Parts: sequence; structure tokens; C-alpha cells
Amino acid sequence: MKKNTYDMGDIDVAWCPGCGNYSIIKSLKHALVELGIPPKDLVIVSGIGQAAKIPHYFKTHFFNGLHGRALPPATAIKAVNPQLTVIAESGDGDMYGEGGNHFVHAIRRNPDITNIIHNNMIYGLTKGQASPTSQFGFKTPVQTKGVILEPFNPLTLAISQNASFVARAFAGDVEETKEIIKKAIQHKGYALVDIFQPCVTFNKVNTFKWFKDNTAYVDDSYDPGDRKAAFEKALETHPLPLGVIYTSPKKNTYEQNTGLYVKDKNPLVFRNQKRSQKLLQLINRL
Amino acid sequence: MNLNQNKIKDISIVICGAAGQGIKTVENLLVHNFNNSGYHVFSTKEYMSRVRGGTNSVSIRVSSQKVAALKNHIDILLPLHSKALNHLEKRISSETIVIGDREKICKECPPQVKKFIDTPLADMAEDIGGKIFINIIAAGIITGVLRFNLDQIKKDVKDFFSQKEKQIVERNIQAVSQGYSYGKDFSDKQDISFDLKPSSDIKKQVLINGAEAVGFGALAGGCDFLSSYPMSPSTGVLVFISQHAHEFEVVAEQAEDEISAINMALGASYAGARSLVTTSGGGFALMGEGISLAGMIETPIVVHVAQRPGPATGLPTRTEQGDLELVMHTGHGEFPRVILAPGKLEDAFSLTQKAFDLADKYQIPVFILTDQFFMDSYTNIPAPDFQSIQIKKHIIKTQKDYKRSLITRDGISPRGIPGYGEGLVGVDSDEHDEYSHITEDLDLRTKMVEKRLKKMEKIKGDAIPPELIGPKNYKNLIMGWGSTFYVIKEALEILKLKKTAFLHFKQVFPLPNETKTYLKKADQIVMAENNATSQFGKLIKLETGIEINKKILKYSGLAFSVEEMAEKINHLLKQEE
Repeated sequence: MKKNTYDMGDIDVAWCPGCGNYSIIKSLKHALVELGIPPKDLVIVSGIGQAAKIPHYFKTHFFNGLHGRALPPATAIKAVNPQLTVIAESGDGDMYGEGGNHFVHAIRRNPDITNIIHNNMIYGLTKGQASPTSQFGFKTPVQTKGVILEPFNPLTLAISQNASFVARAFAGDVEETKEIIKKAIQHKGYALVDIFQPCVTFNKVNTFKWFKDNTAYVDDSYDPGDRKAAFEKALETHPLPLGVIYTSPKKNTYEQNTGLYVKDKNPLVFRNQKRSQKLLQLINRL
Repeated sequence: MNLNQNKIKDISIVICGAAGQGIKTVENLLVHNFNNSGYHVFSTKEYMSRVRGGTNSVSIRVSSQKVAALKNHIDILLPLHSKALNHLEKRISSETIVIGDREKICKECPPQVKKFIDTPLADMAEDIGGKIFINIIAAGIITGVLRFNLDQIKKDVKDFFSQKEKQIVERNIQAVSQGYSYGKDFSDKQDISFDLKPSSDIKKQVLINGAEAVGFGALAGGCDFLSSYPMSPSTGVLVFISQHAHEFEVVAEQAEDEISAINMALGASYAGARSLVTTSGGGFALMGEGISLAGMIETPIVVHVAQRPGPATGLPTRTEQGDLELVMHTGHGEFPRVILAPGKLEDAFSLTQKAFDLADKYQIPVFILTDQFFMDSYTNIPAPDFQSIQIKKHIIKTQKDYKRSLITRDGISPRGIPGYGEGLVGVDSDEHDEYSHITEDLDLRTKMVEKRLKKMEKIKGDAIPPELIGPKNYKNLIMGWGSTFYVIKEALEILKLKKTAFLHFKQVFPLPNETKTYLKKADQIVMAENNATSQFGKLIKLETGIEINKKILKYSGLAFSVEEMAEKINHLLKQEE
């Protein structure tokens, strides 16, 4: 597969020059090419925000839905056609704020999808308000005296709910991020990849340098299978951990748990069901 | 005593008690027995929003002819606790036969209670094995009073308890038999007789409720994805389809909230499934943005809204036709939609089935609008014709340069799905180009708006015409929509007005083309609706310019009874006839 398989060519991109999104899209495209997943087998589902525009810069199937609502359609697409690789991708405000409830329940459902969050700790598209992951005391035109809410920690929340795959990456490290994304896509079950992403226009605190100085990869001896240790790791802030933080013991995916793919591997949407006889039998049973 | 003095060919039976007392068991047993005995049967319930206690009632009608409306009058009343008689005081007359232990249920009987089958129900039940048998004895008494076939009710009891141990089945048969002879003795002594005639075609009919009718329609329409959040009175559809999901290969998911439900359903539909959500007012309000998304991404969706009285939580377990305007206007922006409102259970089946085809054909949201009265009503209907079901999939195999939002003459872009063909399939909630990629090209925006709205022309051509009942050369026209079909029809049968007809709408939006012609023919028009502001009347005014001033409205949370509908029509039209 060609390296530029997923490229759209010369198009107008709405991201600011120097935005961390450029690195993330590069890592993702390379990951998909290296995994040999063709565009016709991939669906990118996104919400609203600058990060959520990613499918428009991607040659593939896409469902760019509503703000905060990428996970429900992504779950459903995978359930009715498990042959598709499904990625739900948006920013921190979209996934953790507006769509917070879906985040919690997607973890519980465990669909075999990859959930990528561009986490820049700020709202970019609405021009610089606090996001759920903004740090305590972070000043914005709205949070004039600084954020007074505890920052949202997606990793501890996901581990607490026994998410099947929990990872964090940094947009500045294109290679490492690509490798983490590859693991997430290959993982069978819900896979969270929270990616630190500098917002060069609005976040003057959590800059490229800040992320470099305040993050560190887990070392080779780290065991992501130990849930308690993973939780402790996810609590760390100095430095913030990067890498695959947690993988749960093997469990069935949502699609498997529907029971609809036990006898018939054919995606639900391609089955040609004949129901007349079954309906007749059912109505006679009532 | 003869209940049939006025040649009434149907009998009204009411069971009333607290939640948890087993009213449903008696209802279930009796409606099946009446159906199996060859009678037309109808039952509806009114109940409180609680799990135990309170006062709930089930009204059952058994008849020689089709009835499917609430009757106010009660011929036989089975009160299961002491508050029942007060609860139903307005519906009890001197002709009402009350069955029960007088000491326990009627210390201070309403003065109009004249006919009491004083029955030591509790003692009889204890003799058989405990209080649990009270309901079955009572069901036996009712069938005995009616002098129905003893073997049939014994068989029905046996079937009803077929999952239980043999000993339990036998005791229940004993209970129903004892009740039966008690009731029959009373009937003989008091010389009670009824003019009920079984009908041979009932054998070919099926007994279902509104929720099942919608559920069957969905399954027949090819529904293979359902995501919803439980909310009375819409939950019945979620339960029904979930129970048969495996057999019919349906993903049936209880979502974390209604927002998730509608977005999941749209995701599944985008991928090629036939998606349904079922909800009620408050839950539907949460789906508003999702409905708008369906309009923008032109992805088919069928939404069942079972109405209950609002605003806000309102009366969770009661009925109203109060959400027509909500469904009409839900979703920001401008996009086409269709709203269907069944009046008969057979319509609920066929319209829900059709809704999936319309949604797919035009890539729009299609709404099925019912209400609590409709959801919870049982009646026997001709078995739907399942053999002739044909599901037309409006999906194409995509080519390489596929454009999901292609601008076409009729506004309908050929619908592709991911993984079927060589093309890439995109949808976007932003304004978009023909590939569905985000755009702020305002000329293109104008074209896209026109493309989406253009579909309305064909949609209007597909509108289901209203049903006219009564003389074609009418002077007066009663109008109704959705669940009021049978109550208006029966009220007019009682009134026997020669110049009055009834026009019933099962498609309320867009209005069928012939609407204005029907209205113009009438000198007087009366709109009957189960709401306070005549929402359909307002829609008629908006679409036809014709203002309907005479209205029959009810918004107490209960359905119209036949008697009150007849009285109100009579009051408004008597002088005009």
C-alpha cells in the first residue's frame, strides 16, 4: 500500500500552521498504511471541533456527526458491519465534555473501535475557553480567575471502568504515536488513545516544550496488565505518563456480545433476511 | 334483570385495584378467553406512575362486532380493593354488576350500586391454597356470569400457566371452575342474559396491543437496529423487539440516554441497517439535534413517539395527543420529514412497515406518532399478510468516484453504504459538497438546501389519503387523527347523524393533497383531538388556510370515552342536522 493512500491531495485545511493535528493525522495515516487497511475498509467517525474535521483531510469513509456524539454512531457502525475498521476521533472538549456520558458507556460496551482524542487542554474552535482537561488555575477569557474545576483524567476513568485498552501519546512524537495507534487498532475491543496536542494559537501554557518537559514514556519493564499499577501510573502528573498504560484481561467485544455473529459472520447489513415465516410463527405464538 | 334492554351487543367489564394486585393477569386471561371464544374484544388501561399500590383499572369490552374505544359505562365491575368503587364512581350505574366481598370492598358503597354478587373471594381462595387465587376465581365468575364455555376458560387457564408446575396449574383450574359456577348460578338466579354472538372470522384474527403492532410493523419493515432509552409509554416497543431480537437478527440496544440512542441509530443506518428508535415526549426532546442530523446527512431513520401528557414529566402513564407540534418542528434548520399516526392496530402494523420504506426511499426521518392509550390497548385484528412482504432496499453498489450527496433532479442522491462497492461514503453534519466534505461555498449551500427540500415534492405525492367514513355528500365533517379513530367512529354510529361524516388522518404531515377538497365540501367542521390547543387544527390552518372553530378537546390525561365523544358531537351538531 502506498504511503499516500489516505492523502486527499491539495486541499484547504482549516488547522492553524504548526498545529499538533498535523502530526496526529500523519501518525494515523502511516499507522493505517503500515497495517495495510485500505480506505474502503475504514470509517472515521468524528464530532465537532478542529480535531473533528480530520475525516475531511482523509481519503476514506466518514461520518462527521454532532458535537460530542462520535462514539454512539461508531459503536453502531461496527455492530452492523464488523468487517469495517472504525475509528472515533475528536478533541477533548467533544469526547470528554459534551460526549462524556458516551465515553463512559462506550468503555462499558467494549465495541471493537479505536477512540482517538486530540487532547490540547483547551477549546480551539470556540477560541480559547477551558476544556475538561484544562489544568487547575488555567486562565481564559471565560475562566478569568483560572479554572476552578479538577482536570478530567481520561486514563484513570477508563482504567477504573476496566477499559480494554488505554494509552496516551504525544503529537510531537510522530513515530511513537504511530506505534501506539497501530497497537490500538490491532487491539480487539475498545481502545482509548489520548494524544497530547499543543494548541499553538490559544494554549500558551501547555506548549510543545511544556509537553516535552512534563511527559515520559513508561519503560520496557512496565506491565500494562496490572490494573492497580496501571491506575497508579495513570494518576502520575510529574511527569505525565505516555505509552500503553493498561490492557484488560481478554473480554468479548460488543459485537460478539450481541450474539448475532456466532452462527453467521456475514455483517448484519449484508444479510438478506426472509422474515415472513418467522413473523407468522411469532404472531401465532402470542 | 336484563343487561340487553337496549340491544347492546357488547359488554363492558372493568377490573380495578392496586398496582401489584394482578389486574394484568385477569385482563390477559379474559381477553384471550374472549378472543378464543370468538368474540371481538378490546381492552385498555389507565394506571398510576408507581410499581405498587395506588388505584389502576382495566376496561375490557367483549362484543359481537368490532369495538376498539373506551366505553364509560360499566356492565360488570371487579373491584380488588376498597378504593376501587370510589375511583370509578362516575362510571358506575344501577345496572353495573359488582363482584366481590361486600364487607371488604364496599363498606360505604356509592348509592348507585344496586347489583352486587357478594362473593367471599378471599375465603374461597384460601380454601384452594391462598390469596393468590382471588384473581383467577374472579375471572371464573366473570365468564360464568356471561355463561361462556367452561371448557374454554379451563383450557385458557391451563395455557396461561403452562410454564408452571402441574399442581399450580390444577389449582388454578380449580379456582376458575369454582368461580365459574358461582357466576353462572348468579346469572341463572337473576335471569341475566346477553345478546352476544360469536363470530367465525375471529378465529382467523390475532390479539395484539399497540406496542406489539408497532413492533411487528418494524420487524416486517426490515428493522435490524433498535437503540432506545426506556420511557413510558414507548417502552413496550423496545421490550417487544428486544425479546425477539435474536430470532430476527436485530441489534437491540438500551442506550445510556436518548441522545446516544438517536446517534447510534443514525450510525447503523449510515452503514446500511434499518434503524428504529422508540421514545416519548421528554426523551424525544433530547433527540432533537439528532433528528436535525438525520435531515442534514440524509440518513434514513424511523422514530416512534408514544405521546404522554406534558409539559416536562407531566403524567408519565397517561395519554394525550400533545406532541404533534413537537414532532413537526423538532430539529433546527429546514429539511423534509413524514409523520404517520395510526388509528387502528392494523394501521400501526402497516404504517410502521411503510415508514421504513419511506425513510429509505427519501433518506429522511419518518415518525410514527402514537400515545399511551394506543400502546396499551389490546384488540383482535385480521392477521397481517406477512407473505406479501417485500423489502425494497434503496441502496446502490458504489462506483469509484461516488458522491454521497450528489445533486440530482428530484433531490434524492443514490444511497451507498461503506463496504458495498468501490466508492467512499461520507456524511457530514456541516454544510457539505457532493462528496459530503465540509464547505462554506455559499452558492453550493443554496443548492444543497434546495436539493434537500426538493424531495418534498415526491414525498407529498406518496402521502396516504385520509379515510372518509359516512355519507359522501356530508354537510358536517368531524376530523380526527391517530388514536381517536374508533372512538369518533363509534360515537357517530350511536348518533346516526345523516349528514355528518368522519375524516380520519393517518398521515398528518405532509398533509395529503385531497385535504382541502374534503374540507371545502363541508358547511361545518369539527376537530376532535386529545389535547388542549387543537394542534392538528393549527396545522390544517397553516397548510390549507381553513380555520376550524368547532373543537372537541380533552387533556385530562385520559382517552375520550364513546359516550362523551357522542355527547360532544351531538351538542355541537344537533341543530345543524
